[in-house]
Amino acid sequence: MTPQEVVERALALPGADDRVVIVDEDTTANLRFAGNTLTTNGVARGSRLTVVSIVGAGTGVVSRSGVTPEQIADVVGAADQAARDAQPSEDARPLVAGEVAADWDRPAEETSIAVFRDLAPALGEAFAAAESGGGRLYGFAEHLVNSVFVGTSTGLRRRHDQPTGRLELNAKSPDMTRSAWVGAATRDFTDVDIAALDATLAQRLEWAKRKIDLPPGRYETLLPPGAVADLMIYLYWSAGARDAFDGRTVFAKPGGGTRVGEELAKLPIDLYSDPARAGVECGGFTVAHTSSREQSVFDNGFDLGRTKWIADGRLENLIQTRHSAEVTGLAETPAIDNLIMEGPSGGRSLEEMIAATERGLLLTCLWYIREVDPQTLLLTGLTRDGVYLVENGEVTGEVNNFRFNESPVDLLGRITEVGAASQTLPREWNDYFTRTIMPPLRVPDFNMSTVSQAN
Amino acid sequence: MRQIDPDFLALPLRRLADAALQRARELGAEFAAFRLERVRAETLRLFDARLEGSSDADDLGFAVRVVKNGTWGFAGGITLTPEAVAEVAAQAILVAEVSAPLNREPIELAAEPVHEGVWVSAYDVDPFDVPLREKVALLGDWSSGLLAKGVDHVSASLMQVKEQKFYADSAGTVTTQQRVRVHPALTAMKTEGSTFDDMRTLAPPVGRGYEYLTGTGWDFPAELAELPDLLAEKLAAPSVKAGAYDLVVDPSNLWLTIHESIGHATELDRALGYEAAYAGTSFATFDQLGELTYGSPIMNVTGDRTAEHGLASVGWDDEGVEGQRFDIVRDGTLVGYQLDRRMALLKGLGRSNGCAFADSPGHPPIQRMANVSLQPAEGGPSAEELIAGVDDGIYVLGDKSWSIDMQRYNFQFTGQRFYKIENGRLAGQLRDVAYQATTTDFWRSMDAVGGPETYVLGGAFNCGKGQPGQVAPVSHGCPSARFRGVKILNTVQEGGK
Repeated sequence: MTPQEVVERALALPGADDRVVIVDEDTTANLRFAGNTLTTNGVARGSRLTVVSIVGAGTGVVSRSGVTPEQIADVVGAADQAARDAQPSEDARPLVAGEVAADWDRPAEETSIAVFRDLAPALGEAFAAAESGGGRLYGFAEHLVNSVFVGTSTGLRRRHDQPTGRLELNAKSPDMTRSAWVGAATRDFTDVDIAALDATLAQRLEWAKRKIDLPPGRYETLLPPGAVADLMIYLYWSAGARDAFDGRTVFAKPGGGTRVGEELAKLPIDLYSDPARAGVECGGFTVAHTSSREQSVFDNGFDLGRTKWIADGRLENLIQTRHSAEVTGLAETPAIDNLIMEGPSGGRSLEEMIAATERGLLLTCLWYIREVDPQTLLLTGLTRDGVYLVENGEVTGEVNNFRFNESPVDLLGRITEVGAASQTLPREWNDYFTRTIMPPLRVPDFNMSTVSQAN
Repeated sequence: MRQIDPDFLALPLRRLADAALQRARELGAEFAAFRLERVRAETLRLFDARLEGSSDADDLGFAVRVVKNGTWGFAGGITLTPEAVAEVAAQAILVAEVSAPLNREPIELAAEPVHEGVWVSAYDVDPFDVPLREKVALLGDWSSGLLAKGVDHVSASLMQVKEQKFYADSAGTVTTQQRVRVHPALTAMKTEGSTFDDMRTLAPPVGRGYEYLTGTGWDFPAELAELPDLLAEKLAAPSVKAGAYDLVVDPSNLWLTIHESIGHATELDRALGYEAAYAGTSFATFDQLGELTYGSPIMNVTGDRTAEHGLASVGWDDEGVEGQRFDIVRDGTLVGYQLDRRMALLKGLGRSNGCAFADSPGHPPIQRMANVSLQPAEGGPSAEELIAGVDDGIYVLGDKSWSIDMQRYNFQFTGQRFYKIENGRLAGQLRDVAYQATTTDFWRSMDAVGGPETYVLGGAFNCGKGQPGQVAPVSHGCPSARFRGVKILNTVQEGGK
């Protein structure tokens, strides 16, 4: 049975006033390696049917995997029963109306282990090269394809195919005291250049041959695009309108309401999402398997377009459901699965920013980022796999790692330079969020709270 | 004792296993394992006593893992027919063949006796037998009670999981298991002037059934009755002065410090570098086994896959190894690691201690954490007696924010409640507190551990590790304990305010 047939059969069954049916077809392939050898690998396939039933004012959601045609009625029946048992749904709205999308009938897309046919030999060569030089390579390559099919009892039929690929490479010196990391986000691995990534690792391990101990303190710091992505993703995840309106986040206005309209950055920064942005394309409509503070099952199929969260340094929108938009009196701006940050045109590359630095730190990435205080969005975490000292425009050595305590919101108000944005892979959050375009940033006083002995 | 659900046993478990293992053997596998599992998870979320969202999802599928020519191959599938299972076994062989050029260490496994058996975790009431309406009503009543006592908002959640696994391998082991876990949590929120704060219940997640919410193992009404006043006191509390303090840490906070600074640091895959690019390595390197002074001489830590109600307790792990209890730190010295079969043989440690786990049928087993627990002192002090031994210090309860570096040296934790200790007595709550330390400095500063009556099993549903990412439930038992001269930060000052 095709996913489209599953959707139609589930929608056609009696028992509910309205229904949303979502079918996810997933295929994955991965390779993991450590110390110049493979450690784990695999391929897997999954299929999930989610039924949202609306009976009177109640809503029931049931999701089951590997459902056979004979079991569809059971899943629908369970969702109908849950709806009959439920309290009225606060986020209830008329289902999104629509029609059958032109691409609705296409089969689900898939991946397989074959996606690594070119990558695996290239990695093998890199392992051999590392081994002969006494070094070690660690990392992970993964390709996922999700095809999602959404149908509603109001006639909407939409589907989206989302390929997601990521590669992480971590090189270590023979004595494990020097470590460097590079990552790449990709849709299909055809654009991944192992040799070029390996060369970057080699340069960074070379930089790390000279060790410099620095104490904790506030340092001028160059954050590369991947580190900026990790901080901005956390800011984005904390930008739910409902929580702000209820006074629970950094975006709550003291005394009531939200901080929308308030200046967060002195520089003209834009932070936005755009499903059509080349290189980080993502689904152009809302898919919500359950309702929460930031999403509503009633919004399934809602059109998503370019949405500015911060415009010219000013907070412009927060993540909304149609329900929370009504409560807060703000625009209907649901979450989108990519994030882009840009400064004024003509921004310099990271290399040019290094060349223009008299004395400062250059980070590789941030790690184990956790929230300390929601009121200020103070985050803590560690630097990892390379903190370099820049003196008179050149990297002069590697510095010890630090624990930082910083708020990305406060930091926006202190940055002094925004470089040229490029596609990047976040280090900390790439299990959940890979589609980002970010600039390097210069922060005059990044708070390195204490030294970490980790190397 | 509960039985495994009949509808799981009614699946063609052995027929599918036979099809997979036979196909793998035909294609030249040196070792093959078949695992069929169903993981059902239901989550409810209420805000201000109203149901905000619920999800009821399952993950049913199977996995075939092989060793072919010394290389792992893994494939997962969802179609439960012998033909489909045999095809997935062939895919696992193909994955091993495609990956072979990358493999430089032939895979061999530590020996394990052949097992055949059934294991069910200790619980009374299957949470999936309780109607959704009843659960929502209970959480709603609890939330309403808090709102009636003057808090601004209340969020409530209940996570429930039932995990069923059938495992069979080419050595002849055949096991069937079922375990249940629940985690209810309520958070009260309040704003005072321009300051908002919250406070969460300290009730830990447990390997119990719905009876946990109705009086077995925790007194929720008693804890909830105190929460509004405690939150009001916290909002009015003075901000901490940064500096070095003696700490008495309650098990509701210390379990997480154990998890991060001992549990992960003594995973052998980390110590050997297999997690180097992601979760990280460990300062507790293999060459220090038997030598490293991890903590003070009163520090004794065990790994345990058998603890009753433990979230990591199993009958057998996902490599067919029997659940065991073992020493990790004895009298302050590192004496053991958590193992899987490959690493146990590789490092000459004999039998695996059963720490292989996969969180779903779509993922291969990796080395995951046992219930790693700090042992209490027989006849040791109560929390009050520990506090009485502090002149100027802080008493810490409940976990909140946590972060530790990739070699498990430098950590920083906050909590739900911090009390100032003056001359051996509690002197009101403090705000804006975080403690920060290096792992071995912290554990070497422990000068007293509480007695068995202070021992509580804490834990989490969602310990993350591995690529692709996997989550694992794990418990950590510990008594209250006292630490001398720990660095305390003021988090407001850290934010530059």
